Order: sequence, then structure tokens, then C-alpha cells
Amino acid sequence: MAAGGPFREALKRMTAADPAVAGPLQYLEAQVRWRRIEIAFWLATLLPFVVTPAYLQLASQIAITALFALSLDLILGYAGIVSLGHAAYFGVGAYTAGLLSKHFWGEPLSGLAAAALLSGLVGYATSHIIVRFRHLALIMLTLGLGLLLHEAANSAHFLTGGADGLQGVRIRPLLETFRFDLYGRAAYAYSLAVLFLVFLVARRLIHSPFGLALRAIRENAMRMPAIGAPSRAHLRKIYTISAVMAGIAGALLTHTTSTVSLEVLSFQRSADVLVILILGGAGRLYGGILGAIIYMVARDQFSGINPQYWYFWIGLLLIAVVMFLPNGILGGLAKITARWRGRRP
Amino acid sequence: MLASLAGVLFDGFAYGMLLFLLSVGLSVTLGMMNFVNLAHCSFAMIGGYVTLTLTNSLGWPFLASLPAAFLAAAAASVVLERTLYRRLYRASDLDQCLFTIGVVFVSVAVAAWIYGTIQQSISTPPYLRGSVQFMGISFAVYRLFLVAFALVITVVLVALLEYTRFGAQVRAAVDNPRMARGLGIDVDRAFMVTFALGGGLAGLGGALAIEVVGLDPGFAFTYLVYVLIVVAVGGLGSIGGSFLAAAVLGISDMAGKYYFPWLGAFLIYLVMVGLLMWRPAGLFGKR
Amino acid sequence: MSAVLSTRGLAKRFGSLVVAQDIAISLPQGVRYALIGPNGAGKTTLINLITGMLRPDAGRVLLGEDDITSLRADTRVKRGLARTFQINALFPHLSALESVTIAVCERQGCAGTWWKRLPGYRDAIDEAHGILSSLRLATDCYRLTRELAYGQQRLLEIALALATRPKVLLLDEPAAGVPKDESAQLFEAIAELSRDLTVLFIEHDMNVVFRFASRIIVMVGGRILVEGSPDEIARNAEVRSVYLGKAHHG
Repeated sequence: MAAGGPFREALKRMTAADPAVAGPLQYLEAQVRWRRIEIAFWLATLLPFVVTPAYLQLASQIAITALFALSLDLILGYAGIVSLGHAAYFGVGAYTAGLLSKHFWGEPLSGLAAAALLSGLVGYATSHIIVRFRHLALIMLTLGLGLLLHEAANSAHFLTGGADGLQGVRIRPLLETFRFDLYGRAAYAYSLAVLFLVFLVARRLIHSPFGLALRAIRENAMRMPAIGAPSRAHLRKIYTISAVMAGIAGALLTHTTSTVSLEVLSFQRSADVLVILILGGAGRLYGGILGAIIYMVARDQFSGINPQYWYFWIGLLLIAVVMFLPNGILGGLAKITARWRGRRP
Repeated sequence: MLASLAGVLFDGFAYGMLLFLLSVGLSVTLGMMNFVNLAHCSFAMIGGYVTLTLTNSLGWPFLASLPAAFLAAAAASVVLERTLYRRLYRASDLDQCLFTIGVVFVSVAVAAWIYGTIQQSISTPPYLRGSVQFMGISFAVYRLFLVAFALVITVVLVALLEYTRFGAQVRAAVDNPRMARGLGIDVDRAFMVTFALGGGLAGLGGALAIEVVGLDPGFAFTYLVYVLIVVAVGGLGSIGGSFLAAAVLGISDMAGKYYFPWLGAFLIYLVMVGLLMWRPAGLFGKR
Repeated sequence: MSAVLSTRGLAKRFGSLVVAQDIAISLPQGVRYALIGPNGAGKTTLINLITGMLRPDAGRVLLGEDDITSLRADTRVKRGLARTFQINALFPHLSALESVTIAVCERQGCAGTWWKRLPGYRDAIDEAHGILSSLRLATDCYRLTRELAYGQQRLLEIALALATRPKVLLLDEPAAGVPKDESAQLFEAIAELSRDLTVLFIEHDMNVVFRFASRIIVMVGGRILVEGSPDEIARNAEVRSVYLGKAHHG
């Protein structure tokens, strides 16, 4: 066990979760504390400004995708709701931001708020249906609702521009100072800031009593009523919160690219974000972010490839992940680090 | 007006029969093992491409290529089930979903690589072309053939299920797999045979579909949605349910395209969502 | 003495299979009841009907004076009716402490709070730890549920139910599957339960039944055959032929 000694020790210290447990409070505190590796990660997100300034537009897209994946993680990784149609809320947010800028004003921050509100309302409304189902019916329902919304947007030419996308989207500079240009500086700063703030909210949520209740629902949904838990009410709440976050991500896309295409509501987008989350590891807070980074960078590198063949490799990846790495990359890393520390994962 | 309505109904019913052939296998295997196999339409695609190759490149007669399509798809099903799927029977819905989506992606890419992405068509034999007139309505011969074929298959399936020992085993396994095992029924073998049968039927459906909707690698995905709708609405494990749901879906889709083209597929999805909310287990599903 | 839990004419059937018929029980406060009967008699079904997991075709369930028949399962728990499961229904990847803590939080109504950290809820955490201590699970409470020994998991089942501060506790075969050497600890814990608590437990081991129960209800084929003190039941010829006559554990 001599190989990689000092590096391994450093990694151990950075990811260490529980010191010598002194009591119940200390144990729970240790779960909730900011780890050093987390702080290192967020500091590293500032690097692209300095190290890869030519890729800031890509970085902003990665941040947006990461936010979207985070929203899915809350319902899938933590509450156990399998959704094949989460792009619905992303799309509602994107179109809201776009339509607001086209017909009223293009100020981004208020657009963000409007998108959050509208996608939250749609999420709240659909949550009443969603939480009553499980297994295949749930999968079908989320798929159906997503397809429904996509079709509706396709048909409603007058509003959405249909398959041609929304025309006339005009976004004002952020805080009237920072223009969204091709260099992407404002775009990345904006996306990153919003991602971080929403992440803080998500992190707090996960480490709250509500977060524990969600994990309990995921672990054993049947047991929850038997301890007095109103499972459906809990699930409606997280579903709505998740829809708000997805809507914010959609609005960010509109603001940073000044376009809204029908694709934001497509099954493709729902499937992509699912792949991204699973790749990174669901239920681990950072899985969506990690998956987004890997996926988007890979896609950018292989952008010349025929989309058919791209999906061949994604297909193989999915098969491999399910068979060998069911908890995604973060899950696999957790197993390895636990083994290094000589404990069972 | 009445003539066009009858025409739409017939065309819709024929389309529904196609959907039935594509879906019935999935409905029964889902009902039996609760295994979410989203790659079901890949078998349909395989059947389609086998027929295409045999008729276009090798000059086989169309009708002779149909059993080949069935067998090829059935064989592919068995191979996939024995090697990969059986490890996932106890896996979560999500894992099964993801795995089989992965299989679809791979199959679509392979098909695109071998056959290219353009839509293909076959030349149907002369006796299946054209249309016949009856009571002032014109019925396409191919669609009549489709309906007749599907009805024959339905009768055979129902007979198989109701009157053979194997059918009784399948019904028991769908109703209560645990109990069936306890009674000494080899549920795994019953499942494998059913899976092969279902996959083969899907392949048959894919072969028959070429004339009606054409064939391209995207088939595995495009029709997946319709198949899922039929299965979810008709109820898992129910042949009658699949039949009814497929017929309704086929007619609604055709009627929708004819009378309300601006709605697009919206109507279908709305009907599905509504029906699922009313009856989550499908019209004829368990519980 | 008014009953803390009672049912009137409870009935349930699945198609032609009658699983419960004309069930009428009346449990006064603090008494230990044992519910016995052959397999398939409908004992677990009765618990499911009382707790709301199953909807009856007829009859009523009353908690004290209140008719709770139309209430959801989780609402009944809030009113003071708790149960454990015959097959462990636990949270495999949560630690024992987290499991009991969330049960306490649900009772206190703070489980919906998503903007405050869990460690801030000191009293809930201490209460959870206290319950686990009383069941001698304190030393292992940080371990994941799936890593606990089976006997400990059965104790955790009870801990979860106790966290809801019930007035009535329904235990479904609490010692099911627990090896003999571990079950002593389990029954000590049950014996130490508060005398204010009304307990009904399903059990097959007659030694346990005669040791802990002050009253016994016998169910056969979905109906209540007879109810009485342990002595009365032991002497009852009908009961003997139906149940006690057959080979039993211990």
C-alpha cells in the first residue's frame, strides 16, 4: 500500500467526512460540514476566466447544464422520482425569459425571476398528478407530459414561433453594464453565479430535515406513512422546487444565447440530462455538475462526429454505467476512497 | 363525407393493427416480469431490415421474408435476454430504463452504419398493391392484408394462451410470478419463450410496417412512444387491452391527422395522460 | 374503562376471499394483548385495516372516541396509532440515528423545513438518541441500517414506532426471524415499554404469549374465534383443536 502514499493521504484528509465521533450532534454536523475538496472545487470554477478564456461560452453552457442536472438530482437522486420529461420545466423557463424579452423588456434578472415563477407554477400543477404514480405509469406520465408540452409549443406558432424557434429575443446587458457577447465573459460569470447560489440552496435543502425526509422516501416509500410522514406533500414540494431550478436554468440559456429553440422542450434534452446525472452519480449533490462537465467537454471535442455515432458511444456508456458503475462516477470514487480508509462503503 | 369517415376509420384500424403487432409482445413481457424493455422497437427495426435485405438485395418474395423477419427478431431477443437482460430483473426501474435506452442507441447507430439513415422502402408484390372498391369506399389491398394478418395472429395468440398448457403457464406467471414458481412452473423458461415470441412479433410488425410508414434507423425510437402508449393504456399483460388500445390509438391518430392536422400528435399524448390518470394500470391491467 | 382502540364490524374481502369478517375488538389503556391464530387467519390484515394501509369494505375503527376510519395512514399515526412490520420496513442506507430522527421530526412537524440545517434541531436529535439508548442501540446508532444485525434491526423497527409517541402500539411478530439468543434482548425491551402504552402484538411463540400478554385474542379464517385471559384461552377446547393442538415453537 505504499504506492501514491502522500497523494492518497492528502485525498483522504480532503474528503474526510467523520472525525472521531463524539456524539449524535457531532455525527450529524460532520455530514453537513463543508469539505475541503468542495471549497477547492468552487475555487477551481473561477479558473476558466484565466486559464481558458477562449472557452468561456462553453463554460457557461456547462454551468447551465449543471444547474439543470442538479434540479433533476433533487427529484431523482434524492426523492426517487424517475422523470423522462424534465425538460418541460427547462423549456417553460427558457420560453418565459424569451417571450418576456420579446414583448416587454429584456432585463435578465427580472426575466430570471419570471421564469422561476412560471416554471414553479407549472411544476406545482403537474406535481399533483406526478406524485400519485410509481413505476411504469410514472415514467410514462413524465414522458407524456414532456411530449405534450413539446407538441403544444410546436403547434402554437403564434406564440413560440414553432419549429423555427422564437424570433426577436432581445436581452439587455446584465445590470446594464455587462453585455452578453461572443467572448462569453458575462455569460459565464452570470451562469456561474446563479449556479452557485442555487447550489447553496440545494445543499442547504439536502442537509435539512426535509432532505432527510426525502431520502427516507427514496429508501422506503411504504414506511413513511407509518411514521406519520405526509409523503405526497413532501414530494409535491420538492418537485415544485426542482421545477423552479430547471426553469432558472432554461432562462439562463435564453439570456446567454439570445435564442429559444423548440429543442429546449425535446425528449432529447430530457434524455441527455438523465444520462449526465447518472454518469456523474445521482444522489450525491455534485454528480450532475461532474456529469455535465464531462459530457459537454466530450461533446465539444467530438462535435465533428455524426450524431448517430455519438449516440452509439452514449448507448455503450449507459450500458456500462448500469452494469459496472451503478452509482455513477462519484459513487465509484466513494467506494474507492472508503476502501482506502479500510471501511466498507 | 361518410365515405371519407369510413376510409379514415379503416385506415386507422389498419394502422392500429400494426401497432398491436408491435406492442403485444412488450405488454405481455412487462406484465410477466415487470421488466421495462425500452429496446422493444429495436427488434421491430431488425425485422424490418431483415425483410428489406432479403427482398431488395436477395430477391426473396415478400411473403417468404416475413417468417425470416420473425425468426431473426426472435433470435435477437433470446440472445439479448440470455446474455444481458437476465441480470437486470431485480434492478430498479431507472436502471432497466437506462440500460435498455442504451441498447436502443446502440442498435440505431449500428443500423445507421450498415444501412445509412435515409428512409427505405420495398417493392411489394403486385397482388398486394392497389385497392378494392366496396360499397363506394376504396380499401387499399395492403391494408386489408395487414388487418387480416393481425386478426389471424390475434386468434392464434388467444388460442395459445387459453387452450395450451404453455399458455396457462404464461397466464399464471403474469398473474403471480412468485406463486407460479411455487407451483413448479418454470417461470424463467416461460419468460424466455414469451420474450422471443414478443420480439418476433415486433419484428414481424416492423417488416409489415415498411410499406405503410417506411423504414429508417429512427424507427426504434419513433414508434417506441406509440408502443409505450398502447401498452400503458391497454394494461400490462393484456392481449385484449393491447388490441383495444392499439385500435383506438390508430384511429385517433389517423382521424387527428385528417381532421385536425394543426393539433399534430398533441391529441394522442393528451389522451394517454388522461387515461393513465384515470386508470394507472391501464384499461385492462392488474389491480 | 373506555377503550383506547376499538373496531366495530370490520370486514374485508378480495374477490371471493374473505380476509376479515365482523371484527370487533376493544382495547383498554395499558393492557398487553396478544393476537394469535394460524397462518392466513388475517392477523396482519387486521393491523393493516386498523392502521389505514387497507381500506375496509365495512365497519369502523375508533381511537378513543374518534372515528378514524376515513383518515389517511399518516394522520392516524399523528393521532397516536403506531405499528411495526413483520418483515423489516427500514431505511437501508440511512443510519439508525437518522431513521429515528426523521420519525421524531415528522412528529414534531418540522420535517418540511428545508431552509434550516438538521444539526440545529438539537432536541429532536437528543430524543432520537434517547429512544435508541433505551433499546440498547446507542453504540451502533451511527451505522447504516443495512449493516446492523437482524435482531438490532427488529429493535430499530420498534424504535421508529416509538418515535411517534403512540398511545397504541401494534407489533407484527416483533421477534420474527430473530435467533433465540438475540430475542431475549428484544422481549426485555418490549417488557420495559411504558405502562401507559396499549400494546397489541401478533406472536406465534406460546411461551412469549403467556409470559407477556394479559389478554389474548384468537383469530381463525378472518374471524375472531374467542377472546380471554391466558388461562381461559389455554383451557378453551376449540382453541386447542384449532391452534394449540398443532406443533408450536419453543
